[in-house]
Formats: sequence, C-alpha cells, structure tokens
Amino acid sequence: MSNWIDIAALDDVPQRGARLVKTLHGCVAVFRTAGDEVFALDNACPHKNGPLADGIVHGKAVTCPLHNWVISLETGQAQGADEGQVTTYPAKISEGRIMLDADFLQQRSVA
Amino acid sequence: MTQKLVVIGAGMASGRVLEHLFEAEAGFDVTLFNAEERGNYNRIMLSPVLSGEKTYEDIVTHDAEWYEANNVTCHFGTHVTAIDRAAKTVTSTKGTVAYDKLLIATGSAPFIIPVEGKDLPGVITYRDLDDTNAMIEASKSGGKAVVIGGGLLGLEAAAGLAERGMDVTVLHLMGHLMERQLDEAAGFLLRRDLEKRGITVKCRASTAAILGTDRVEGVLLEDNEGLEADLVVMAVGIRPETRLATDAGLEVARGIEVGAQLQTSDPDIFAVGECVEFDGQLFGLVAPLYDQAKVLANTLMDVPAVFTPKELSTKLKVTGCDLFSAGDFASGEGREDIVFRDPARGVYRRLVIEDDVIVGAVMYGDTADGNWFFGLIRDKTDISEMRDTVIFGPAYQGGAPSDPLSAVAALPRDAEICGCNGICKGEIEDAIAAGATDIGALRSQTKASASCGTCTGLVEQVLAVTLGDDFVLPTAQPICGCTEMTHEDVRRMIKSQELKSLPAVWQACDWKTPCGCHVCRPALNYYLLSDWPLDYEDDPQSRFVNERKHANIQKDGTFSVVPRMWGGITTPDELRAIADAADKFAVPTVKVTGGQRIDLLGVKNEDLPAIWDDLNKAGMVSGHAYSKGLRTVKTCVGTDHCRFGTQDSTGLGIQLEKALWGSWTPHKLKLAVSGCPRNCAEATCKDIGIVCVDSGYQISIGGAAGMDVRETSLLCQVPTEKEVMDVVKAVTQSYRENAKYLDRIYKWMDKVGLEWIQEQITDLDTRAALVERFDLSQTIYRKDPWAQHVAKPDPYEPLATLTLEAAE
Ligand SMILES: Cc1cc2nc3c(=O)[nH]c(=O)nc-3n(C[C@H](O)[C@H](O)[C@H](O)COP(=O)(O)OP(=O)(O)OC[C@H]3O[C@@H](n4cnc5c(N)ncnc54)[C@H](O)[C@@H]3O)c2cc1C
Ligand code: SF4
Ligand code: SF4
Ligand code: FES
Repeated sequence: MSNWIDIAALDDVPQRGARLVKTLHGCVAVFRTAGDEVFALDNACPHKNGPLADGIVHGKAVTCPLHNWVISLETGQAQGADEGQVTTYPAKISEGRIMLDADFLQQRSVA
Repeated sequence: MTQKLVVIGAGMASGRVLEHLFEAEAGFDVTLFNAEERGNYNRIMLSPVLSGEKTYEDIVTHDAEWYEANNVTCHFGTHVTAIDRAAKTVTSTKGTVAYDKLLIATGSAPFIIPVEGKDLPGVITYRDLDDTNAMIEASKSGGKAVVIGGGLLGLEAAAGLAERGMDVTVLHLMGHLMERQLDEAAGFLLRRDLEKRGITVKCRASTAAILGTDRVEGVLLEDNEGLEADLVVMAVGIRPETRLATDAGLEVARGIEVGAQLQTSDPDIFAVGECVEFDGQLFGLVAPLYDQAKVLANTLMDVPAVFTPKELSTKLKVTGCDLFSAGDFASGEGREDIVFRDPARGVYRRLVIEDDVIVGAVMYGDTADGNWFFGLIRDKTDISEMRDTVIFGPAYQGGAPSDPLSAVAALPRDAEICGCNGICKGEIEDAIAAGATDIGALRSQTKASASCGTCTGLVEQVLAVTLGDDFVLPTAQPICGCTEMTHEDVRRMIKSQELKSLPAVWQACDWKTPCGCHVCRPALNYYLLSDWPLDYEDDPQSRFVNERKHANIQKDGTFSVVPRMWGGITTPDELRAIADAADKFAVPTVKVTGGQRIDLLGVKNEDLPAIWDDLNKAGMVSGHAYSKGLRTVKTCVGTDHCRFGTQDSTGLGIQLEKALWGSWTPHKLKLAVSGCPRNCAEATCKDIGIVCVDSGYQISIGGAAGMDVRETSLLCQVPTEKEVMDVVKAVTQSYRENAKYLDRIYKWMDKVGLEWIQEQITDLDTRAALVERFDLSQTIYRKDPWAQHVAKPDPYEPLATLTLEAAE
C-alpha cells in the first residue's frame, strides 16, 4: 500500500526544472518536465555524485551538470555509452500537488 | 400505467435521453423544464453562430413541433427552484408538479473569477444563446474585447469576436494556450495562427480586477498592466450545476454523484450530462454525455446497461486553426514520444506511446488523420509493427520519412538568407536558375555568404532544394542530434524568420525532439536573447547550472562566489565585508584569481542568497565569474602610480567594465587594459586587449590563455577613450550577433577573418549601429543577478524537509 504525502504545489518546481527534498538520508531531487510529469530520484549522479537537480532537463531525461552524463528520469539509468543507475522513487501529481510515497522514502533510509 | 417523468434542463444530454425514449415508444408522460427561454439546441454550435457562419435556427435540435408530436409538456423560461423527495414533487417559478421519475440535467454554470468588477455590465460569460447574442450585440459598435481564458471556449469566443470586427486580446493564466489539450509546441502554432488574424495573446497573465464605473472600461493585470475593454468575456472554466441536488440532500461531490446506471442516491432520481460526477470524473464534452444518455434511457426502460467512460478527443471550432488532441499526452512513466514536424505546412504531430500502444496524440495544422489515431488510441492497437512510420498516418504506411531540407524549402522568397549583404532566398534562386550552380558561383554573383560566411549552410541548402538531386550537400555538423541544422543555419533562421521563442525555433527548424537537449537548448537560449533582447525572455531552465544559479558549481556540488571588483580595484570596506561573509558562512577557501578578483570557494547551495545579500549590502554585485558573458577587465595601475604609464589604464578599465558587465556573449569574454607596452595586465592574451601608447590606444582581439594560447591581433588604434568604448562595444556586439555559441573571439575570428571584423568597426555607420544595439540589449541585461535572486530565494531552498516525517 502506498502512503502518498503532499510535498508542494506543482508550480513550485519550474517546468524543465528540479527542486530538492531533504530527507534524513540525503537529498531527493524532484523533477518536473515540460509536459508536467514529475519524477523523484536520488540527487546523486552515478558517475561522481553530481547534483542532478542542477542539470538541464530535456524530454524525460536530465543531463548531469558535472560531466554531462544523461540520466533517464523514468528508470534512473544512464543513457548512451555510460553505465550506472540512480535510485528512483514513486512520485505523482494529484490536483496540482506533488506527491511522494513516504514508505519508499523510508525504505531508502533502512537500506 | 404511464409514468410521469419530469426533466429539469432541456440541454444536449436530456434531449438525447428523450430521443431514445420516444424512439423506443417507452410511454412516459414527460414534463420538461428549462431555465432558458427555448428548448434543446446544439450548444456546441454557438461558436459558428457567434462568428456569423450559422444562425440560431440552423442549430435548433428540437423545435416546437417535435415536442408537440411527442406530447412533452414544456415549461421554458422556467427555473426549477426545489425538489421535495418525500412528496415526489418539483417546484418551479410556475408552481409544483408531481413525478414518478425525476431526471436532473442542469448542465454546468460558467465559473466566474471572484475579482472586483466582475458584476459590471459588459462582463459576460459564454454558455448559452443569450450570452452569444449579447456578444454579437456588443460587437456591433466595434471597440476592444478582452477574453479571459485561453481554453476551448475562450478561443472560440475570441475568434468569433475578431471575425465580427472587434479588437480582441486573450488573457491566459498558463504558459501556453489550451494547456490541457495541447503541448507547448502545438500551443505555439495555435497562438501564431490566432495572432495572424489580429488577436493579441498574453500568456501568464493573471487578472487582478475589472475596471469601470457604470460599465466595464478595462482590465487590470496582476503585474499592473492595464488593458482597455468595452467587452470582457470570462471563459475560465465551468462548474457542474448541482444546487438543486445539494438542496434536496442528494449525494453531491464536485458533481451529482451517479452510479453506472446514472441513478443518484435516490432510486427515483437520475442525473445526466455535465452536472454529474461518475467515479470521480466530470464530463465537459458531448461524446460521453451521449453515451450516458443511451444508458439512462435503457435504465428507465428497465433494460440493463452500464456506463463506462471512454477516451476523449478535442477539436477547436475556429476556421483555419486545425488542432486535434486525444488521450493522455503528458503524465506517466515508461512513455516514449514520436515527433513529426513539417515546417513547410505548419504541421506538428506528437504521439505518446506506452507498451507499444498509442496513449495520446496532439496534432496541429493537418488533423485529417486525427480520427485514425484516435481509433488506435481507443482500440489500444499494438503499433509495434508500424512503429517507424505510424506518425505519418494511414496513407504513409511504409512511406518516406520527412525531408530534412523542408525547413529551407518552406522559406518564402523574400526570406533573408545572407544578413551581411541582404540577399533573399528569391535572389539566390534566380541566380541558380541563371546558371550559378555551385557555392562559389553564387558567391561571386549574388554576394550571398561572401562576407562573414555564417550563412553558407543555408545558401547550400537553397542550392540543394532548388537543384534537387543534382546537388550533393557537403556534410556540415548539425548542432546536436535534435536537428539537421548547423549553428549558423539556425542563427540565420532566427533572424530572417523572426523566431522569438524556443518553440518557434523548434517548429521552424524541424526539431526532432519535443524540447531539445542539453546541447542545443543553451545555444538557442543564447541566440534568442542576443537577437531579440526586448522580445525574448531568458529561460533559466535552458542554462547550465552556473548561469542559472549565478555561481560556479564545484566538483563536490558546492559553489564559488566572486564579487565584482571594477577593474580589479577594491577598498578596505569591501575587503572587510568579504572577510565577514567568509567567516559567517564558514567559507573553506578564499583565493585570489587570475582576473584580479577574490573567490570564495565552497559555499553551500542554500547559503547563496544570504551571502549575496550580505555582499550586496556592502555595495558589491555579482562578478559573473561563471558566465558566458563579460568576466573581468584586468588593469594595471597606469598613470596613477606607474612611472611608465601613458594613459589612465585603471580608469579606462573601470569604465569598460561598467559598460559591459551583465552582457551575455557566445563564450566567456575577458578584457585587460595595460598602461604601456610593458603590458603588466597581460592584455595581449585576452579576448579583447587594450594597450595604451602615447598617441592613444591599441585595441587587439582574439587572444587566449587556456588550452589554446594565442596572442591577440591588432584590430585598430584610436586616439580617445570615447572611441575605445565604442570600438569595444561594437566588436563585442558583432561577436554576440555572429559567432557560434561556445566559440571564443579567436575562433570566431578564424572563421570570419580579421579583415571582416575590421570592416565592421571602421565603417562608422556600422560601428554606431552595433553600439546602439549593444546599448539596447544592456538596458535589459545590465542588472545584478544577485539582487534579483536574493529577492526570490525559493529555488535555492529545499522544496520540503522530510526529516520529521521520517523520524515518526
Ligand atoms: C460555446 C460552447 C462550445 C462548445 N463546444 C463543444 C465542442 O466543440 N465539443 C464538445 O464535445 N462539447 C462542446 N461544448 C460543451 C457541450 O456543449 C456541453 O458538454 C453540453 O452542452 C452539456 O450538455 P448538458 O445537457 O449536460 O447541459 P446543457 O446543454 O448546458 O443543458 C443544461 C440546461 O439546463 C438548464 N438549467 C440549469 N439549471 C436549471 C434549473 N434549475 N431549472 C431549469 N433549467 C435549468 C440550463 O439553462 C441549460 O439549458 C461547448 C459548449 C459551449 C458553451
Ligand atoms: S603596463 Fe606599463 S603602465 Fe601599466 S603597470 Fe606595467 S609598466 Fe606601468
Ligand atoms: S586550470 Fe583546470 S583544474 Fe584549475 S581551475 Fe581551471 S579547469 Fe579547474
Ligand atoms: S558526476 Fe554526473 S556526469 Fe560526472
């Protein structure tokens, strides 16, 4: 069963942008695409922990600001020739609000 | 025994229910109430009535004869005011009648935004014939109309009013029109077509108040802009009309709650149409209402039936604006886009695919295949077999992909191709027809691409389009995988086609992705802001993090902060403020830079606004040490202190820095001013270097001291400081306008040649025009980004902190 918690208004994150959610075990980046989808990923690039929230969002991917790895927002996987995986968390929009699944975030702290 | 069926509301939904009942000869004794002074008409055709393409008579669905033939007792112009469920009666302004079965079909009411002035005469909504007639009446005296709401209804109203000769402005709250049905690209095309017919569109426009004393006179926006208005149409949305049901104690959420047989919480009362809510869903288009009507008619006749909502599609009924949208083209994981653009015909198509099934489609310009796609969506057809060609529609199965040259083929003959010499496409075509069939011949005959050369790619494409297979296109490097065009091509397109937004470029240049990538977006953002400083609004999301956050990102994700020190001069007060800030924010490293600045390294993201605020308060502004723009003007002490000095190099450096700061350039721009040829400021390895001599100032350009090391080349020598200022501004502006994004001046100089740049600045008219354009751009961009971001610190703060919740 999922335990959705209300994080913020969708409009608090710019289109093709990201903001951070702080948790006890580090930051989760919440992305918003041009098509108003939201995705939540660890804010750490699999290459050298670059802050993904500071990257450029295009389509359903983000380019890491440090060395331009392109990470899929949907799967968390590095695209192209690069190999690596970022943890993703369930996220959705409900009536203009961004919701994250608290249980998943919690599992993250246990893991 | 015939049952008494009382129907509240003679709209499109209840009309369809009655048709089904009478066709099946169900034998109900029907009493029909309608608040409007008339029976059922085709409400969705009000827009053609408004625009004058149809009359009310054309859109009547049920006339007096029909009601009579079916023995319907009609009470039109009569409001039902109450339902008594215990007595099974309804009360209207004309009395009380009893029912066996009751049908509520009250539709919905327009939503009115609660601003001051909303009740003034001249403010109308768009829902029924009376509203339509009021608009037609108002338009007779011409004048200005403001339509609030850029959705389906608002745009149909706007187009109708424009057709009737009013001067129409549409205000829309969101970033693009019809955002619920269209994506950004299609919204842009729609906007362009509406603007072509004289309608002004303002997006992100929020209404603060409607102004006027006796009747409406204008609209005030939240940003304090005022618009004159003789007529205001509010079309911001609808609310299900549920008041009767709520008063009667039926279960009502956003709409009247019904089950799959359209029954309400009272077994003798049914509801149909826009007033209902089923399974959390509301309905605003007729297709599902007709499905409901069928199910309800069956239910009333005791035939089992179940209502299930289906996929919906939308079209806009504005002649000349062909758009189609269906399904869900936004949210969800695991989805892929297929985009097709044909700039020649102004066509845009996007399909959203999930698990080999099309789940959404947006089309603009050519919607002939809309129903075919809608069928694929509705039937959840597996498209894996035709995936590569599905976007071209049913006719193209197995057909050819789009033509990469179509963007150039689409240009009109008067489109300017070569900006330096003002050569249009038509002239090039004529020269080709006259026998100039290669780039060299074209250059010598028309001068196209004979000067700075940045339009060479476009000229070649005109050749290729005109000659067809006879011409083999040299392969130039496109910007990135999103396009076939080179940087130079795109820049020329931006200028000659007056493309002033990212979606405009994507469409006109045939972009293959919906919104570009990290390679092309920063380049386009730069080109747009440099070519259209007044029209284009900088898009922070298309910038690298350093420029978005106005600080240099470090390898550990912290940032460095560098305050500006004009010409490398500082004061004890500034140094104290820097030291205080370094202490207060526990800055781990303080370093003196090569550009005569002090760098505070290792500042945390969330501390940025606060440290800037402190530095701002001490009178310092951003040093732009992160930008593709003016970085630093390094100086030596010159005549102030040095015995060799020939001119006031420090003063000139400060003047230059104060004139140039804040400007964006293709790559970083570093200057230096040395007071004599001993060159202590190392001016001859800068992008622009000035060396003072007895007789004046030597200005040289194109130096570098990075991965490449280059000495500058002399551009010119001038006698006065004023001329130095003009020449530096002019050469900077020419570089801004002509260079490829991420080319330093030396790379640009290698491409266009030093002579060409010299011509630009020695011709005094050209120089003056360049200076003027530079100054104009600086009116927008010579601002301290720190102050702006201190005022709006949100992006630097976390969206939420979940430490508490997690601890529970
Ligand atoms: C300008 C315009 C363009 C549109 N274009 C399209 C389109 O292109 N495609 C599409 O699918 N849909 C379109 N729609 C929407 C479509 O018209 C509606 O979905 C449809 O008419 C709803 O039908 P209904 O029977 O639920 O309500 P309505 O047709 O609104 O009928 C409800 C009736 O109930 C009456 N009523 C309300 N309260 C009471 C009361 N207490 N007592 C007595 N009578 C009452 C009202 O006066 C009204 O006549 C458009 C709507 C408008 C206004
Ligand atoms: S460049 Fe010339 S004027 Fe400037 S400090 Fe050096 S010697 Fe003095
Ligand atoms: S020289 Fe290299 S390591 Fe040193 S600051 Fe510049 S980029 Fe970084
Ligand atoms: S840390 Fe992300 S690309 Fe290197």
